[in-house]
Amino acid sequence: MTAAALAAQPRPLESIESVVIRFCGDSGDGMQLAGTQFTNVSAVFGNDVSTLPDFPAEIRAPAGSLAGVSGYQLCFSSHEIYTPGDEVDTLVAMNPAALKTNLGDLHSGGTLIVNEDAFDKSSLAKAQYSTNPLADSRITSNYRVHNVPMTRLTRDAVEGLGLSQREADRCKNFFALGLVYWLYDRDPEPTRHWIRDKFAKKPQFAEANLRALQAGINYGDSTEAFAVHYRVPPAKLAPGRYRKITGNEALALAMATAPRLTGKDVFYAGYPITPASDILHQLSELKNFGVKTFQAEDEIAAVTSAIGAAFGGAIAVTGSSGPGIALKGEGIGLAVMTELPLVIIDVQRGGPSTGLPTKTEQSDLLLASFGRNGDCPLPILAAQSPGDCFTMMLEALRIAVGFMTPVFLLTDGYIANGAEPWAIPKLADLHPIPVHHPAEPPTNGDPFQPYLRDEHLVRPWAIPGTAGLEHRIGGIEKADVTGNICYDAENHQHMTRIRAQKVANVAAAIPPQPVDGPASGDLLVVSWGGTFGAVRTATTAARRQGQSVAHAHLRYLNPFPANLGEVLRSYRRVLVPELNTGQLRMLLRATFLVDAIGFNKVQGKPFLVAELVSAIRDALEA
Amino acid sequence: MSLSVELPVLSPKDFASDQEIRWCPRCGDYSILAQVKKILPNLGVPREKLVFVSGIGCSSRFPYYLNTFGVHGIHGRAPAIATGLKLARPDLQVWVVTGDGDALSIGGNHILHAIRRNVNLKVLLFNNQIYGLTKGQYSPTSPLGQKTKSTPYGSVDQPLSPLAVAIGAGATFAARSVDIDIQHLTMVLERAAAHEGMAFVEIYQDCNVFNSGAFEFATDKNAKQDNCIYLEHGKPLIFGKERNKGVRLNGKGMPEIVTVNGIARDDLLFHDETADDPSQAFRLAQMRWPDSPEPLGVLRAVARPTFDGAVTSQIEQVQAKLGPGDVDALLDGGETWEVR
Repeated sequence: MTAAALAAQPRPLESIESVVIRFCGDSGDGMQLAGTQFTNVSAVFGNDVSTLPDFPAEIRAPAGSLAGVSGYQLCFSSHEIYTPGDEVDTLVAMNPAALKTNLGDLHSGGTLIVNEDAFDKSSLAKAQYSTNPLADSRITSNYRVHNVPMTRLTRDAVEGLGLSQREADRCKNFFALGLVYWLYDRDPEPTRHWIRDKFAKKPQFAEANLRALQAGINYGDSTEAFAVHYRVPPAKLAPGRYRKITGNEALALAMATAPRLTGKDVFYAGYPITPASDILHQLSELKNFGVKTFQAEDEIAAVTSAIGAAFGGAIAVTGSSGPGIALKGEGIGLAVMTELPLVIIDVQRGGPSTGLPTKTEQSDLLLASFGRNGDCPLPILAAQSPGDCFTMMLEALRIAVGFMTPVFLLTDGYIANGAEPWAIPKLADLHPIPVHHPAEPPTNGDPFQPYLRDEHLVRPWAIPGTAGLEHRIGGIEKADVTGNICYDAENHQHMTRIRAQKVANVAAAIPPQPVDGPASGDLLVVSWGGTFGAVRTATTAARRQGQSVAHAHLRYLNPFPANLGEVLRSYRRVLVPELNTGQLRMLLRATFLVDAIGFNKVQGKPFLVAELVSAIRDALEA
Repeated sequence: MSLSVELPVLSPKDFASDQEIRWCPRCGDYSILAQVKKILPNLGVPREKLVFVSGIGCSSRFPYYLNTFGVHGIHGRAPAIATGLKLARPDLQVWVVTGDGDALSIGGNHILHAIRRNVNLKVLLFNNQIYGLTKGQYSPTSPLGQKTKSTPYGSVDQPLSPLAVAIGAGATFAARSVDIDIQHLTMVLERAAAHEGMAFVEIYQDCNVFNSGAFEFATDKNAKQDNCIYLEHGKPLIFGKERNKGVRLNGKGMPEIVTVNGIARDDLLFHDETADDPSQAFRLAQMRWPDSPEPLGVLRAVARPTFDGAVTSQIEQVQAKLGPGDVDALLDGGETWEVR
């Protein structure tokens, strides 16, 4: 039994299956940190967890304003879960603005914990409340409300440490965290450890945060207001070692693993952009893993420097988000034309233009498919969850190198920043990615032919430094085989077809499309990317209600898996839920002449399971 | 059978590719190509370790005509392609061939940052003050008033000085030469090749179709000695057919032309290409014909660590400190737990 549980013995402890918590407050209130810590201790305890960080694009919007609210939602459970939950069970609101923007997601009867010290006149005004909502009977009667003087109690807890009031107030997220730890019987030890580590050089801050955390725990333990506290037993995940991982972390780890699988250095070029920058941050720490990172002067330099590195024989990757991908378009076309291996990561965010930088969306599928001049096809993959980013990054590299082509890897803000438990793989269990550079010129004395293709239409990757293989490549159309500049009409048609066929050939090197549920029936729900969890949960729920519903989640979007047409034709109806206005649906309709219907949401937020369940019901009844 | 290994001795023709050269007849590019082919065998760099990278424009066809490795990139991006290549492969000698439109208009950002970083690249900027491949629009180096297809009433667009841009961005090597001044161009190319760092070379190149004779002041055998100052390190700035004119700084610190006879030699401006302070090099870059005689040669050549070298040595330091990365330990990092 944990220390917290021991201390809490006298209070009843109820066991429940899963809980959704959301911490929200001002963007300077440390809500992301509180949420991350809660996630960590829950994961270490053995719960399945799924998270949804939600923060404003402004680093510091005006304090107390509605625009400046930052939130972190997480679901932790004793069974397998795929989403951070639709409705919130316990909402922690650190100020009126946070209450106003988040209360709608708290289910009726849910627990509301507020920092009542923050509900002063000016904060209420900033949140556009004319009266104090804490006195509003609609709130007090609808939720289990706990008004906690967090600011005052935190200040009392850290008194005597010589902190300024501002510094003392910065500790109140740990007070809130401590209180929620008590409420859900969490072991605070990993967080204590983290605090000591983080503030090793500032012991008075370490002590202050430790005291605030403990004060929160004690408050829960000693206040009559909390009649019960809850326990969520560990989930029954497959045996093995796990870690918590976000999508961006998984991408970085895969790239740090790639040198061992390919025998080549990785070159990653990026330009700062939300929500892809973390990839660059994390990789730049891993200089002893055969990874070179380059913060380029702009997005165009990021993609073209990666092309230069690929010409030199490096495993080249560039990453960005929508606006950056738009800028990279011409460079990606050069990589298609020169047939060099390159992976382009697009961590999608709300668009168009600058759009919603910190919010999720999956509206770059058509950009990845067609966002270049000319007939310019390339393979497109999409990761389905944070941990899947690792698998699909290596998959993208395998295809890029194996087919001498740029490859798009689509993720999104939701899986990039969201976290889940991840079964840690062993290097020895990962498949090597074979890389071949020709070492000798042709033995018959002919000049080297850079566009002489193998049976899969793949050209050789000859790299500088190899005597006798000197050759020139570029963006102008080239003659087949020799690669020399060629404006000939027939040759251009031939080469356009060859480039397309080469990409189509990738279909033979990817797995067939799996289906979850019956192999034929009333409805097939087809999804891609970060919506996997919500769609899988919804389709499973629909089947449990006796509906004939299957789920096909696509990780390969170009080419489509070879059996996809057959899969689509095996159901009476096809429903394509997407966080865009129907991009995959358009591709499926165009490719397979299937009358797919869409369910589309573009609010910068992931799907709720409930809205998908209802969309499935509508599709079945239509 | 001999046991000794003989290094092949290459000649300029070994650097010619099998491709038909498609520049206009009498284009200045032919002379530049010939001089580059002439110096390549003497650099001590094996042919397979040479890479020529270009953007878009007439000059950017250059890589196709050399039998080295080459990348014909996209408009303006050659410095970025070359930077990635050099970072990935510091063992290669990487040249960039670009033009005034390619480097200074669409690719302005990349050239600026490649210079700032001191990436160890050799950049040859063919300046013909015109867009040739697109058939004759004015470029960012076209003089005010120039009539072109897109400026039928004369350009009102202030031009820039490529060398002033380069020196302003912190170039460690900045030089200027002229396409058909064979000896001078050869000297400048050899100096650029030998420079450890970003070597920026502006080459006046005659586009005889769209901007013919733009650099006559620097090519006319009778006039060029009077119009140009041929820089020599450590020597005073003296020019003129009679070697009787010089440059000195006036009381306001501005260069002025004086007759050499009658003033003390030490009062003249001496050329110090190695000066740490770039002010004098910048001032030389601002001296433009016809307002003043124009300096040719090496304006600046200073030693500074290269970007690619710094990247490599930082990686080596991290590796020495942390040892080779352990992938299994990395994957097993962060908050971990065991499910039994």
